Amino acid sequence: MGSIFQIILQRLVLGILTLLIVSVVIFVAVNALPGDFAQAILGQGATEEAVAQIRADLGLDQNYFMRYFSWLANVLTGNLGISFAQMNFASNMGGDQLVGVVEQIAPRFKATMFLAGVTAMFAVPISITLGVLAALYRNSIFDRAVNITTLSSISSPEFFLAYILILVLAVLNPIFPSLSNVYEGMALGEKLNRTMLPALTLTLVVTAHMMRMTRAAIINLLASPYIEMARLKGIKPMRVIVRHALPNALAPIINVIALNLAYLITGVVVVEVVFVYPGIGQLFVDSVKIRDIPVVQACCLIFAAAYILLNLMADILSILSNPRLRHPK
Amino acid sequence: MTEQLLKIRGLKIEGKSDEVWIPIVNGIDLDLKKGEVLGLIGESGAGKSTVGLAAMGFTRDGCRISGGSVDFDGVDLVTASAAVKRNMLGKRIAYVAQSAAASFNPAHRLIDQHTEAPTQHKLRVKAESELDGMELYRRLRLPDPDYIGFRYPHQVSGGQLQRAMTAMAMSCRPDFIIFDEPTTALDVTTQIEVLAAIRDIVEQLDTAAIYITHDLAVVAQMADRIKVLLRGDEVEEAETRAMLSAPREDYTKSLWAVRSFQRPAKPAISAGATPIVSLKNVSAAYGKSPVLFDVAFDIHAGRTVAVVGESGSGKSTTARCITGLLPPSQGYIEFNGEVLPLDYRKRSKDQLRQVQMIYQMADTALNPRSSIGDIIGRPVQFYSGLTGSAKRKRVEELLAQIELEPGQYIDRLPSELSGGQKQRIGIARALAAEPQFVICDEVTSALDQLVAEGILKLLSQLQDDLGLSYMFITHDLATVRAISDDVVVMKDGRVVEQGLKAEMFQPPHHPYTDLLLSSVPEMDPDWLTNLLNGRGVDNIGDAAVGKM
Repeated sequence: MGSIFQIILQRLVLGILTLLIVSVVIFVAVNALPGDFAQAILGQGATEEAVAQIRADLGLDQNYFMRYFSWLANVLTGNLGISFAQMNFASNMGGDQLVGVVEQIAPRFKATMFLAGVTAMFAVPISITLGVLAALYRNSIFDRAVNITTLSSISSPEFFLAYILILVLAVLNPIFPSLSNVYEGMALGEKLNRTMLPALTLTLVVTAHMMRMTRAAIINLLASPYIEMARLKGIKPMRVIVRHALPNALAPIINVIALNLAYLITGVVVVEVVFVYPGIGQLFVDSVKIRDIPVVQACCLIFAAAYILLNLMADILSILSNPRLRHPK
Repeated sequence: MTEQLLKIRGLKIEGKSDEVWIPIVNGIDLDLKKGEVLGLIGESGAGKSTVGLAAMGFTRDGCRISGGSVDFDGVDLVTASAAVKRNMLGKRIAYVAQSAAASFNPAHRLIDQHTEAPTQHKLRVKAESELDGMELYRRLRLPDPDYIGFRYPHQVSGGQLQRAMTAMAMSCRPDFIIFDEPTTALDVTTQIEVLAAIRDIVEQLDTAAIYITHDLAVVAQMADRIKVLLRGDEVEEAETRAMLSAPREDYTKSLWAVRSFQRPAKPAISAGATPIVSLKNVSAAYGKSPVLFDVAFDIHAGRTVAVVGESGSGKSTTARCITGLLPPSQGYIEFNGEVLPLDYRKRSKDQLRQVQMIYQMADTALNPRSSIGDIIGRPVQFYSGLTGSAKRKRVEELLAQIELEPGQYIDRLPSELSGGQKQRIGIARALAAEPQFVICDEVTSALDQLVAEGILKLLSQLQDDLGLSYMFITHDLATVRAISDDVVVMKDGRVVEQGLKAEMFQPPHHPYTDLLLSSVPEMDPDWLTNLLNGRGVDNIGDAAVGKM
């Protein structure tokens, strides 16, 4: 078992190192955006002095190294800074009720995680079940139907799927609300009810990928001698797939699931906009528009961390799914 | 004893190739009585395994039974429904595959795989079936029979896995088992214990069996009757002793005669001659695990040194050290009296040219997308700088040397060639460098005996024509007998004995050499019985090796 902990520790250290490198990339990329907050907020008619004044207020006149390291130092202590928009508002309007980026992002992030979680609870079991069944009845009508349906849903634009679901499930048959404006403190049942349509839309988007990988990973193994052996033992086809093929196909499936979960956390802006869902994606896009650097950087960092963490977990689970590593000689 | 169990009539099987169904088995009849063992032999492509699987009503993907009947105890398995067949498989008919390592599911413990058939067929509950598994493990003489089942397949050695698989086949006490080359992938010393274990348990439980193999000596030990197949047709069938003493058909006689090729051994080298290759106390390791210890032997010009040993004994690692692919951790290698740089990257082009290799799997050693002309032309151009028509001429010469018609083969792809022809291309590629010394790593192990003999004859001819020296890595003592002048026996990364071939095959031996030699099956049907009586049941295979 010692070796497994060693591998996991190694991956963890690598993950942290990656995150550090990503933080540099984020910083450079965000600062390479044309224009800055001062120009964006003041518009075209701004005077040089006003722009310089705002820059000085926000610390934008300092050099890159200083700004990167002070940002990094703050991030490491859990302080993601204060939104430029907030600071600007406060300095103009008075009042010192400054809301930090952390407080600003936290409810949005929770909402995003809630949506991702609900979607995953539908999408993962559905894709694996469909994948197993498609592998079992490969090349049958059922297999083709599943493949065509999931492929068409992944090929259609997300907003199109969203509108169709709204049409069918909110307008023609008013089962779920078409607006998903959830807020903190809402009862769980109501929250679930309002999240259902975006969650279903996203389920349609991510299922194809996971289902097809499950099917392919299983079919890949069906020519293995141990599968032939299981068949020659008179084992039923369903059991051959679930007990003999699936455990050996887990590693690639886990990796695809991780990628899709990461997508659910980082890539769902369009769906959020359509359903007016208060997730992190919308905040991110708004902040990029006005060059609100602290918010953009914080969002990027969260997205990067989500990717790294999920891939790390996928790696570790893949390792654990391999009996050679779980039970060394 | 006379009750008919299996009756196959006019069995025809076709395989799909390029969207066309071509016949693989052309109408075979086969009878098996209760408790009887039938040996099925032939070369690769003879249809042995296909017939074996068809006897279970099973065909691999891309194959189909196109005619005939497989009557098992009154049920025709060709026309039976999948559910009826499933109810028979595992319960009344069981299968033991060639590679137990690949045929056990890596994700589950042995005992869980053992109990699956009895519990799924609702013959026994799991606990009962586990106890029965332990009993079978004990009867098959597996070490730690009460605990070995709780290990995963990768934690158990090849010979033990093969016995665990036999135990698994026995788990429902079937009437009939198909053994599909169960010992082909094993070392000779391990093979014996598996053979003995299989034979005993088949006898004890009065199970009928079809024993598929290409090794005549093995089938002689196991079968009551032998059926010979050739390209999907039956050649002949007879009682084992009758078949061995008086084969009727020419093909069978040729199979029997394969082991006759023997190159006369050269006399001992005069003292003081400089060896072409000399290993000076070479030790090597993969990462931190040492695999070679103080290996030292000489190879003299124009001679063949056979390096013999079981898998894991360090034969191929020695070859990797000589070629510089794995720099030794200690010791060095001399070539014609000069020290070779340890790492191949530090060797000069001429030093690289002098040492060439031929590999076991010609399939994987040839680039499937290059034509034969390119495969051989590349080293020609690299080492001799020839291009254009001069290069083509040289490639044609080389093809002629390996007895393949140049005009016919030069533009083909490896996939269009047979196994033996591919191996000849491997030889031509090595010769293209015009080496003095060639390492042959198990070059005949993947080939049928008749084809292998052709390769050995060719190598021997080339040695006479070109004055080559060979290091011949093999685990097959028949090959050693056929081609070598000197022999080096390796075990666990050490040289245990070395000398002239004539001396090696004469007693007294090092005890390990003795064990190796006595473990090679002979054509005498009483060989296994006599050997076991001589050695004692507890002193075979792993147990015997462990005592060295």
